[in-house]
Amino acid sequence: MNMEISRRGFLAGAGAGLAGTTLGAFGFGDVEAAHAAAIRPFKLANTAETRNTCTYCSVACGIILYSKGDLKKGEKAEIIHVEGDTDHPTNRGTLCPKGAALLDIVRAKTRTLYPQVRKPGSDKFERVSWDAALDRIARLMKDDRDKNFIAKNNDGATVNRWVSTGFLAASATTNETAWATYKVVRSAGMLVFDNQARV
Amino acid sequence: MTNSWTDIKNTDLVVVMGGNAAEAHPCGFKWVTEAKANRGAKLIVVDPRFTRTASVADYYAPIRQGTDIAFLLGVINHCIRNDKIQWAYTKAFTNAAYVVKEGFGWQDGLFTGYDEEKRDYNRSTWDYEIGPDGYAVVDETLQHPRCVWNLLKQHVAIYTPEMVERICGTPKDKFLKVAEMISECSSPTKTMTSMYALGWTQHSKGSQNIRAMAMLQLILGNIGVRGGGMNALRGHSNIQGLTDIGLMSNLIPGYLTIPTEREPTFDVYMSTRGFKPLRPDQMSYWQNYRKFFVSFLKSMWGDAATPENAFAYDWLPKLDVPAYDVLRAFELMHQGKMNGYFCQGFNPLLSFPNRKKITAALSKLKFLVVMDPLQTETARFWENHGANNDVNPASIQTEVIELPTTCFAEDEGSLVNSGRWLQWHWAGGTPPGEAKHDAWIMAQIHLRLKELYRKEGGPVPEPIVNLDWRYADPNEPTPEELAKELNGSAVVDITDPNDPTKVVVAKGKQLVSFAALRDDGKTACGCWIYSGCFTEAGNQMARRDNSDPDDTGAFGKWSWSWPVNRRILYNRASADVSGKPWDPSRKLLEWDGTKWTGYDVPDIAPNAKPDVVMPFIMNPEGVSRLFTRAMMRDGPFPSHYEPFESPVANVVAPKVRGNPVARVFRNDFEQFGDAKEFPYAATSYRLTEHFHFWTKHAHANAVLQPEFFVEISEELAKEKGIKKGGMVRVWSKRGSVTAKAVVTKRIKPLICDGKTVHIVGIPLHWGFIGEAKKGFGPNSLTPYVGDANIETPEYKAFLVDIEPIAGPVA
Amino acid sequence: MFPPLPNPPTAPTPPRFGDKDLIRRSASSVTPPAQRQTQVAKLIDVSKCIGCKACQSACLEWNDMVEEVGVNVGVYDNPHDLTPNSFTLMRFTEWVNPETQNLEWLIRKDGCMHCEDPGCLKACPAPGAIVQYSNGIVDFVHENCIGCGYCVKGCPFNIPRISKVDEKAYKCTLCSDRVAVGQGPACAKACPTQAIVFGTKDEMKTWADGRIKDLKSRGYKNAGLYDPPGVGGTHVMYVLHHADKPEIYAGLPNNPRISPLVEIWKGVAKYAGFAAIGALAAVTVVHGLFSGASRVSSHDEEKAKEMADKPPEGTPRENA
Repeated sequence: MNMEISRRGFLAGAGAGLAGTTLGAFGFGDVEAAHAAAIRPFKLANTAETRNTCTYCSVACGIILYSKGDLKKGEKAEIIHVEGDTDHPTNRGTLCPKGAALLDIVRAKTRTLYPQVRKPGSDKFERVSWDAALDRIARLMKDDRDKNFIAKNNDGATVNRWVSTGFLAASATTNETAWATYKVVRSAGMLVFDNQARV
Repeated sequence: MTNSWTDIKNTDLVVVMGGNAAEAHPCGFKWVTEAKANRGAKLIVVDPRFTRTASVADYYAPIRQGTDIAFLLGVINHCIRNDKIQWAYTKAFTNAAYVVKEGFGWQDGLFTGYDEEKRDYNRSTWDYEIGPDGYAVVDETLQHPRCVWNLLKQHVAIYTPEMVERICGTPKDKFLKVAEMISECSSPTKTMTSMYALGWTQHSKGSQNIRAMAMLQLILGNIGVRGGGMNALRGHSNIQGLTDIGLMSNLIPGYLTIPTEREPTFDVYMSTRGFKPLRPDQMSYWQNYRKFFVSFLKSMWGDAATPENAFAYDWLPKLDVPAYDVLRAFELMHQGKMNGYFCQGFNPLLSFPNRKKITAALSKLKFLVVMDPLQTETARFWENHGANNDVNPASIQTEVIELPTTCFAEDEGSLVNSGRWLQWHWAGGTPPGEAKHDAWIMAQIHLRLKELYRKEGGPVPEPIVNLDWRYADPNEPTPEELAKELNGSAVVDITDPNDPTKVVVAKGKQLVSFAALRDDGKTACGCWIYSGCFTEAGNQMARRDNSDPDDTGAFGKWSWSWPVNRRILYNRASADVSGKPWDPSRKLLEWDGTKWTGYDVPDIAPNAKPDVVMPFIMNPEGVSRLFTRAMMRDGPFPSHYEPFESPVANVVAPKVRGNPVARVFRNDFEQFGDAKEFPYAATSYRLTEHFHFWTKHAHANAVLQPEFFVEISEELAKEKGIKKGGMVRVWSKRGSVTAKAVVTKRIKPLICDGKTVHIVGIPLHWGFIGEAKKGFGPNSLTPYVGDANIETPEYKAFLVDIEPIAGPVA
Repeated sequence: MFPPLPNPPTAPTPPRFGDKDLIRRSASSVTPPAQRQTQVAKLIDVSKCIGCKACQSACLEWNDMVEEVGVNVGVYDNPHDLTPNSFTLMRFTEWVNPETQNLEWLIRKDGCMHCEDPGCLKACPAPGAIVQYSNGIVDFVHENCIGCGYCVKGCPFNIPRISKVDEKAYKCTLCSDRVAVGQGPACAKACPTQAIVFGTKDEMKTWADGRIKDLKSRGYKNAGLYDPPGVGGTHVMYVLHHADKPEIYAGLPNNPRISPLVEIWKGVAKYAGFAAIGALAAVTVVHGLFSGASRVSSHDEEKAKEMADKPPEGTPRENA
C-alpha cells in the first residue's frame, strides 16, 4: 500500500481504561483448521490496497480501496470494497453511511461513460468521440469569446474580460485539478467563475 | 476551521448551532463524543429541529430559523452583564480599546450611512479614529464612550433574554440555561468550540451569523486555544481547497483578489493592498501581498510575465461588478446575456434557488458543458420527467455536451479538509468506459483553444497563448507537476541579499515556504498559502506519520496543513501577554524568553516578543476585531434582521425588510411571498443518510432513505389534517412540490412575539436520476436572494404553505 | 477511545475458529472442544448512537447484500423491518420522558443478539443449519437450512427472516468471516462515534461500566447494561440510558427468554433423535408446536409446562 505506517502512535495512547484490545487473542484454536461451512471465505484476501480519501464531506476520512488487480503494477483494477483506514487520525477506521457505501457510487449504474451531445431541440443524448466533443467545445468557446470579449471598458481602461460564458467548478476535485482549471479559465479572461463554496 | 477535527477532543463545551454535525459530519463528530467521554465535556444544540445531534446533546434549545444573531448577541449581552468576560484576553487581543470615529451610530435597525436607493451603506464612519502618529487611537482603560467595547455594550443591550424569546421563540429559561453554560467558558481554563455549517451561511446575513459567534468566542478567550475556535464544518471534500485556490469570480489563489476596472494598473491595484500596521510593531502580514501576487502572475504566465509588462497584470480580467457569483450568473443567463456555461461536478438545477428560474436560464444558453462522473439533472434539464421535470425538449435550444470524468477512486492528488490539512490520495481503480481525469479535459480545452487562436487570431489572444503550460506531457499535466507549481519554485538562482555570491535557492528548485517568495519575479508560486506543501524534501501532503506527542490532537506529521503546517490558527493567542499558556494543561505555545516553542508551528514570528507583537498578524491592528470597521457591507457589528420571507416582523427594526444590503435582483423582489399567503416558516437541510444529490445514485443510500419527505410537527399535522406517511403539497411563491409527510415530535411550534410559528422541514436529496425514488429538492421553493457579503442564497429560512393531498398513505 | 479495529488483512489468513470450536449444532450433537475460545461480544451504546445508519450501510456492503429501495412511510426507519438482506436496522422512537417532559429520540440498532442460549438454534429442526461457536457467535449454515421458519419462532427477539428467493433463513453472522481473521464486525468498524464496539465479552462489560458511570453523572440514574439472563446473556449487549425500561427502545424485551415451546421441542428431539425420524418427520412433529405466534401467551406457557412434565406419548425411550 502507499505509505505504509506503523500503528504505534495510536495504540500507545488508545484505550483509556483498557490495556488495549485483545482482538488477537480471540482465536485459541488451531490456525490450520479449515473454514467452517458457515463462515464465508474472507473476501479481501489477495486484493490490492490503495490509500484514498472519502469524496464526500470535509472531515476527509481516510479510506482504503480494495481492488482485484493493482494499478500500481500497471494492471487493470476493479474496486471490490472500500473501508475506513484505521491509521487515519481523524476517522480511525470509521465511516458514515455515505462513506461506508462508497463502492456503490464508484460502481453506480448512472456513472457517465462516454462523451454525449444533446442537439438543440432534441429529446436525447447521442454518443460522440472525445475529439469531436472537445473540438466542438473549443469552437463554441472561441466563437463566443471572439464576439463578446471586452478588451477595454467605456473609460478606455484595459479590462480584458469575457463574461458571456461562465464556469462552475467542482469542489470534490483535487487541488491539482482546481489549479489546472483556474489557469485555463482565467487565462481565457473569464470572470463568471464560481464553485460550491458559494452555496 | 481555525482548529482541526482531532482538536475538538480538547474542549469543555461544544456548541452546535447553525449546523448538524452528527448528521452531516458523523466521523468528525466522533471527537465530540470523545470530549464528552474523556473530559466530561457538554454538548449544546440550538436548532429549529431536534436533530440527531440533539439526540445525544446534554442540552437542547429550539430557535426559529434566521434569528441566530439575536440569540448570540443575547449571549454576549448576558456575558457582559454578568461579567463573564475573559478580560485579559479581551483587553490585549481584541480591538475593544480602539476608539471609533465620531459620527458612527446605529438607529432604527440601520447603521450610519444607509442609502435606500442603492441598498448600500456609505461606510466612511465605520472606522477607527487615527491619531497624529498615524496609528489608531486606543483607550486601554475602556472608558472612552466611543471605544469599541462601549459601542458593543450599547449595541447588544437590547438583546435581553425577553427580547431573545420574542424574536427567536426560544423560551427564556432555555436561553438562560444555554447562556449560563456558555458564559462559564470565560474562564481561562475552560474552553468552548463552535461547530457550524450551512445553517449559518445560507441566510441573507450568513456572514454576520458567524461574526456574532466569533465575537462571543473572542470575549470568552476561545480563539487560538486548544479545544476552542470557530470551526466551519465544510461540506464537500475539497470545498476548502477550491476556496483557497480561488475558483471564484473575484479571487486569486491564497485569498488575493481579482482587480476591478477601477484598478487599471498594477500600481493602483497595489495601492489599496499590502496594509501598513495600524499599531506600532505589528506584523500586518499582508504587507507581503506584492510577493504573493507577483509570484502568482509568474506561475500563470511564466517568462511572458516580466517587470516590463507589470508581470502581465493586463491579462488578468478586471471586474465591473463586485462578483459574478452564481446568483448573478443565472440572473444574467435568465436575461439572455450569457451564451455558454460549464458545470464541472456541480448540479445547479437542484442546487440553486428558484428552480423555475434556473431551468428558464439554462434554456436560454447556446451551449452547456457538463463534466461529471455521474449523470446529473443539470445535464438533462431539457429531458421530460413528468411532474419531476416538466419541460418540453423541443422548445429548448441549448446544445448540451456531457463529458464523463473519473471519480475520487480513479484519481490522484490532494484534498483540503475542514481543518486545512492537505491530504494526498492515490488512484485505486480503473476508470469506467471512456471517463477521463478533469485535468486532462481542461488541458484539452486549453490546447484546442490555444491552437484556434494561433491559427485564426482573435481578440487579446496573449493570455491564452502565453499561459505557462510547460508540463512533460502538455496533454495531461500530472498531479505532482501541478502540486509543485502550487508550492512554488525559484525562477532564477536566488541569492542571499547579504552575500550575492551565495545561492539560497537554485533555479528550478522548490521553495521551502512563502517566506522565500519575492516581489521581483524571481519566484513563481501558484498559491502562496500552499507554499511548503511540496518541497525539495518531497510531497509533504503524502506524509502519513500518525504520531501525536503528548496526545494534543495536533498530528503535525500527518499530511500537511496550510499555512506552513500550522494546525491551530492564531495559536499565539493560547498564551497570555507574557507568553504563558492561559491553561497549562492545554499548552500549545509558550515564550521561553527568546522564542516561541510548543506543539504547533507558531502563528507569529518565532522571536516576536509576546508583550509587543500581538497574535492576529493578518490584521494591521495585530488584534482581532469585535468591530469590523468597513470590511463587511452590512455593518461593523451584526444586527438582527429577519429573513426576506419571515412569519413575523422585525421587532428591533420594524421598517427593515430582510438584510437591508443583501443581494436581491429587482425582479426577484416580486417573487417574495408574505406570511399572509404563506404562513409557515420553512427550512432546508441534509440528512445523514445522503450526500447532496450524489448518493441517490448509490444503492445502499437509496435504501436507507429512499423517498423525498417533509417534516412537520404533530400540532401542524393536526391543524391541517395531515397524516404520518400521507402525501402533501408544499408550495411557495416560486414553486410547488409533493412529498410524503413525516409527522414528528422533533419539530415544535414556536411562539414568536406572541404568534405561533409552525416550521416545515424540507430535506434536499432527491431528483429525477439515480437509484432513489424520484422527488424534488427544496430549491423548487427557495427565494433568489444572497447574503450581503458572500452572496450565499437564503436556503434556510423562507415561507411556504402546506396541504394534504390524495396519494399513497403508508 | 476504545482501541479501533485494525485494518483487515489482505494476505490469506487462516481462520481462527471452525467446526472443531462448535459448542452447539442444531438438531444434532457435537463434541465440545476441550477449551472454549475467548468469548466475544459487540456492545451497542444507545446513548452514543447518532442514528446515522453507518452500521446498516457497512453491513449491506460487507455482506454484498442488495436491499430493495423502499418508500417513506412517515418515519426514519428504512427498511421498515429486518429482511433477509438487512441484518441490522436502526429503530427510531420519539419518547417524552415523563420525569423531565423532555423529548428523547431513542435510536436502537436492532439485529441478532447472539444469545448464549440461542432460541433459534434450539428450535431449528434441520441438522447443522444453525451452529454456535465457543466464542459465542451463532451462525446460520444456509446449505443445511430447510426454510421452515422455526428459528423465527424460537427467537425471543424476532430476528431471523426467511428469503422468498431461496427459502432460507438469514440473520447477522456477527461477521464471522471477519472475526475469524482477527477483525471485528463491519458495523463496529464503521460506527462513527464508537456507539458500537467489539471485543471480548469481559472487555465489553468493563467498557460498559465506564459508560454507565458517565451516563449516571449526566443524570441518567437508571443507565445500565442489557445482557439479559433469560437467554444466558448475549454476545450483543446494549448500554441503555433507561435500562429499567428496555421496552421503550422500540420494544426491546424486558426479560427475554426462549419460548417454553422450544424447550418442549428439545424434549421431542431428545426422545426422537434426528437420525431416527429424519428432518422431514421432525418438521411434521414440531409444526403443531410452533404454529402460533412467537410471543408466549400465558395459555401457551401452562400448556408447555404440562407437556414438559411428561414425555410425549409413543416416544422410544431407548434413544434418550
